[in-house]
Amino acid sequence: MKRLIVAALAAIGIAAGGMAQAEDFTPAVVFDMGGKFDKSFNEAAFNGAEKFAADTGIQYRDFEVTNPSMREQALRNMARRGAQVVVAMGFAQAAAVETVAQEFPETKFTLIDMVVDLPNVQSVIFKEHEGSFLVGMAAAMASQTGKVGFVGGMDIPLIRKFALGYVEGAQHVNPDIEIFQNMTGTTPSAWNDPTKGGELARSQFDRGADVVYAAAGGTGIGVYQAAKDAGKLAIGVDSNQNYIHPGTMLTSMVKRVDVAVYESFRAAKDGTWQGGIQILGLAEDGVGWALDEHNRSLVSAEMEAAIEQARTDIIAGNIAVTDYMAQ
Amino acid sequence: MAGEEHRGAAAERGPSGGPGVPALEVVGIQKWFGSVHANDDVSVAVAPGTIHGIVGENGAGKSTLMSIVYGYYQADGGEIRVGGTPVTIKGPEDAIAHGVGMVHQHFMLVDTFTVLENVVLGVEKGYLLRSTLSEARQELERLEREYGLDVDPDAIVGSLPVGLQQRVEILKALYRGADILILDEPTGVLTPQEVDDLFRILRALRDQGRTIVLITHKLREIMALTDRVTVMRAGRVVDHVATAETDRAQLAAMMVGRSVLLRVDKEEAAPGEALLRVESLAVRDRSGVLRVHDVSFTVHAGEIVGIAGVAGNGQSELLEALAGTLASEQGTIAIGGAPVPAGGRAEAARAMRRRGLGHVPEDRQRMGLVTAFDASESGVLGYHRERLYNRGALMSRGAVVDAVGSTMEDFDVRPPLPTLRTANFSGGNQQKIVVGREMSRSPDVLLVGQPTRGVDIGAIEFIHRKLVAMRDEGKAILLVSVELDEIMSLADRILVMFGGAIVGEVSQEEADERTLGLMMAGERADGAEAAGA
Amino acid sequence: MKGFGGPTQAPTWVTHGLVPLINLGLALVIAGIIIALIGENPFEALRLLVLGAVGYPEAIGYTLYYTTNFVFTGLAVAIAFHCGLFNIGGEGQAYLGGLGAGLIGLYLGHWPAPVVIPLAIACAMAFGAFWAFIPGWLQAKRGSHIVITTIMFNFLAAALMTYLLVEIFIKPGQQAAESRTFEAGAWLPFVHDVFAAFGANIGRSSLNLSIVVAAVCLVLFWFFVWRTRWGYEIRAVGHNESAAVYGGIAPDRAIMLAMAISGGLAGLVGVNEIIGVHHRLLLEFTAGYGFVGIAVALMGRNHPAGILLAALLFGILYQGGSELAFDMPNVTRDMVVVLQGLVILFSGALEHMFRGRIERLFARRARAVAA
Repeated sequence: MKRLIVAALAAIGIAAGGMAQAEDFTPAVVFDMGGKFDKSFNEAAFNGAEKFAADTGIQYRDFEVTNPSMREQALRNMARRGAQVVVAMGFAQAAAVETVAQEFPETKFTLIDMVVDLPNVQSVIFKEHEGSFLVGMAAAMASQTGKVGFVGGMDIPLIRKFALGYVEGAQHVNPDIEIFQNMTGTTPSAWNDPTKGGELARSQFDRGADVVYAAAGGTGIGVYQAAKDAGKLAIGVDSNQNYIHPGTMLTSMVKRVDVAVYESFRAAKDGTWQGGIQILGLAEDGVGWALDEHNRSLVSAEMEAAIEQARTDIIAGNIAVTDYMAQ
Repeated sequence: MAGEEHRGAAAERGPSGGPGVPALEVVGIQKWFGSVHANDDVSVAVAPGTIHGIVGENGAGKSTLMSIVYGYYQADGGEIRVGGTPVTIKGPEDAIAHGVGMVHQHFMLVDTFTVLENVVLGVEKGYLLRSTLSEARQELERLEREYGLDVDPDAIVGSLPVGLQQRVEILKALYRGADILILDEPTGVLTPQEVDDLFRILRALRDQGRTIVLITHKLREIMALTDRVTVMRAGRVVDHVATAETDRAQLAAMMVGRSVLLRVDKEEAAPGEALLRVESLAVRDRSGVLRVHDVSFTVHAGEIVGIAGVAGNGQSELLEALAGTLASEQGTIAIGGAPVPAGGRAEAARAMRRRGLGHVPEDRQRMGLVTAFDASESGVLGYHRERLYNRGALMSRGAVVDAVGSTMEDFDVRPPLPTLRTANFSGGNQQKIVVGREMSRSPDVLLVGQPTRGVDIGAIEFIHRKLVAMRDEGKAILLVSVELDEIMSLADRILVMFGGAIVGEVSQEEADERTLGLMMAGERADGAEAAGA
Repeated sequence: MKGFGGPTQAPTWVTHGLVPLINLGLALVIAGIIIALIGENPFEALRLLVLGAVGYPEAIGYTLYYTTNFVFTGLAVAIAFHCGLFNIGGEGQAYLGGLGAGLIGLYLGHWPAPVVIPLAIACAMAFGAFWAFIPGWLQAKRGSHIVITTIMFNFLAAALMTYLLVEIFIKPGQQAAESRTFEAGAWLPFVHDVFAAFGANIGRSSLNLSIVVAAVCLVLFWFFVWRTRWGYEIRAVGHNESAAVYGGIAPDRAIMLAMAISGGLAGLVGVNEIIGVHHRLLLEFTAGYGFVGIAVALMGRNHPAGILLAALLFGILYQGGSELAFDMPNVTRDMVVVLQGLVILFSGALEHMFRGRIERLFARRARAVAA
């Protein structure tokens, strides 16, 4: 019902020629082409925004782009119609944020996964390698065969960053471990190809792997299904995906995009929002590993203790995890 | 030679409804196609046990009428009665249920099935074919005996000659219990001998009490076969007459609406030098089948050479090879003394045209015209590159419209509107556009294929006169036609093709239907006397 | 019977005006019912859609920007249709066109704009034409079916672009597979900047001077198809190949020519997107415009006037649809796709559902008046 009212208000807004609604606080989020229900990156942002709406009763606006030129248009629309803070999801929106942020210096922009250096842009990037290190440890400890796998989405530096952290984590537990790595593809469709994800996972199982980590957006769904069908273990990514197949989901490398979105909205509302770069790692609870009722039985107390110890060590700087992109 | 002896007696043997009641009657039929009034208050009564002809020019509405009776179209008004009872016919199933069968101009047979399978197709009983087939075999054999319709029930239909395929169509209708049999232009694809066989069968059917409706535009057939005839023109019935009380000239005048010349008046030919010379030509069609082999002949200035033959004996491929649109396998073609290089397709067609060759193709809609073009565009096809029609990169629309417009006037195209879509002209007028385009440039050699197919009598007369006039100007004309009448009345010399070869040549004076017919059926000219006994 | 099979004569305004309008209206009615079913007010949705597309200067700019793309792809499909070919490779040809424009932008962007921009346009057309010419050549000389080959070439184009962007043109140290931004010489000016130069202030949008190119293409297309002998030959081959051969027209050459022109037109999408909007090479900028071009050509009856109107309609649907998704939370972007699909379904696929009946009605009335 509230949404209807907001929609009606928005409609009046358009009729009035797109005038800004000055008084209300309106946060906004622009999802990228994956769409807000991708069960992964964009959906995490959606969950954060929903949580903010539930906690504060403040409605937010959102939009899913369907072609590249819409990114700029959507950001501009949000700014012009009075959104005080606009969260842009994904590195692909960097160029659009750069353009629109200059046009609207009063509007706050939060860009996830990429850096744009402007005073009214907050760039949020994650230390995915740290979280991947922890799930790499989990994989190595859970593996009976001494072989684990990694299925990436599109072959870009970001995903190699996931992979490297995972490898280092696994080797931290077992220096002799064998690790298979496959990327799903080189086009953006690699983010949404569960069939191929399943194929890659099965081939890794055939080669002896018994735990597979998918950092591949929607493609991961196929990887998890393949693990369930083969009775092997899989590790989710971005959101907590443990619930998808309880019993075969070993854990998830959570990247708290939801927290980033929530915090961006909250800070803007409270007036504490600041531009600049935010790097969220284990220390900031920006990344982590998921332990809940769905995977409790798969994680022994010993594993849990080891992983938590490593977590503390990384935060304290006793363990250095290599950042692929900083190499 | 018609079956006059049967007339009169037949009328008393109606299959139903008693004497005097028509077997089939249509009353006040109305049918519109868009703005075209295809049938305007058409009423016809067909007496039981007779052969009733319906004659008219193309587009007179006769096929439309029979399509309404057979249920392909619904009439916009009027009534159909079978045996005196009004019936509703919504589709061919209804027509068959009322004992009406139809034999189409284009056969509706499955080529890969046997005769028997074709006959039972669509009326199989039960789930297993076997019982149906054995019952059908007995029934088929009975029908064949009764009417002299000899066909091997186990022959594959595709391997049968056209005349026998037509018998299968007739058997199909009879097997479905047709008392009334409609035949739509049944003789178009038959040799004269096959036509005789068909007529014999039809007479036998009539004598057994069946009723036959024959749709045709050939007056000769009407005179030879029918008991009564209905003449249609422009969607209306002109008159009903007893065949015995009329003649061809009178029927033709009724069809056209004025008196027409059925013979072409022409002087004796005065042949000059050979303008088209063909030596041992062999041609394969597009699927690689050898269609023409070892054909040699010449056409001289000032003569019309006719090529007679049953459709499908290589005439079409010969014509296309001469025009350049089909590559020849071997042999030479010389125009005006100079040989033309063997080539294929478009470039050759263009080269031939440059050498002074005009070509009225056999199938104007498939080849001679682009029906989606307007008449002016169709009217320059093949000549659209001429300088007259082009101004730099652009075509000069004005020049094209003017040129084609004046040709349309000259060739009596109605309406003479170059901006009208080609498809909107009637068949005869489309043909006049093609003929006009090819003749108006006065080519030295003119190839003409089926110039009057689907063309009404008035236009036939016009086209024939034009051809003779061209001949008299000293042009060489090669005429290919399956209409024996046309060949015999126009050509100064007649070549007969059979199985891809020329099997005989006769002069116009020597030509008669019987001789030509035998040659068309594959008898060598020299054996014709003996075979004729 | 043949003589009566000709087209029914109904007034032109019925055939080209009323029938498309009725089809469009039906699509809107069905779309309205669906919108009502998901709990939104369909009239409000329609209002939002129309206002979102033409309600304020920036929206008009975006509508015309989409229209520009659809004009290019619509014309591309249409020229192939005139030759009897179904070119569904507009997507890949547009992709390659963008590559052509982008190469000029990347390497010659420091030259003055009056030199670079014509070069980029020519290069985009050449690349697009090349990408369509190959399937055309395969069809003409080898008989490979154009539908199959153009689909394959869409995939090849996508693979090629991905390879080039991921491995070669990617800006170092960047996540997104995008090239660096071109120098200013390779920026086709935005229309709002052009207006600003004359002191007029219109909203910022993606609309750029490619729309002028599109207008020129519409006019040239008409002259080419109906007033040149190449157009004549292409149409002759498209309508009746046997007649074309008879008329001395080589079908293989007409097919290759038509496909090359088709690809060149589709390639201009690359001009609009790459040097017009993004000023860098990136992935997936074609966003399905090549496929929508099929619907545009179908609705526009392969005539430039119709294509302009159809392109405008789809421009409105795209821009208005995104605004609708923006303002009605229940209307997701997928709903907008459904809406566009309905328009395509009724105007394209089901086009003949009512056409015959309506035309007959009017033909009969015309007859009654005549009588």
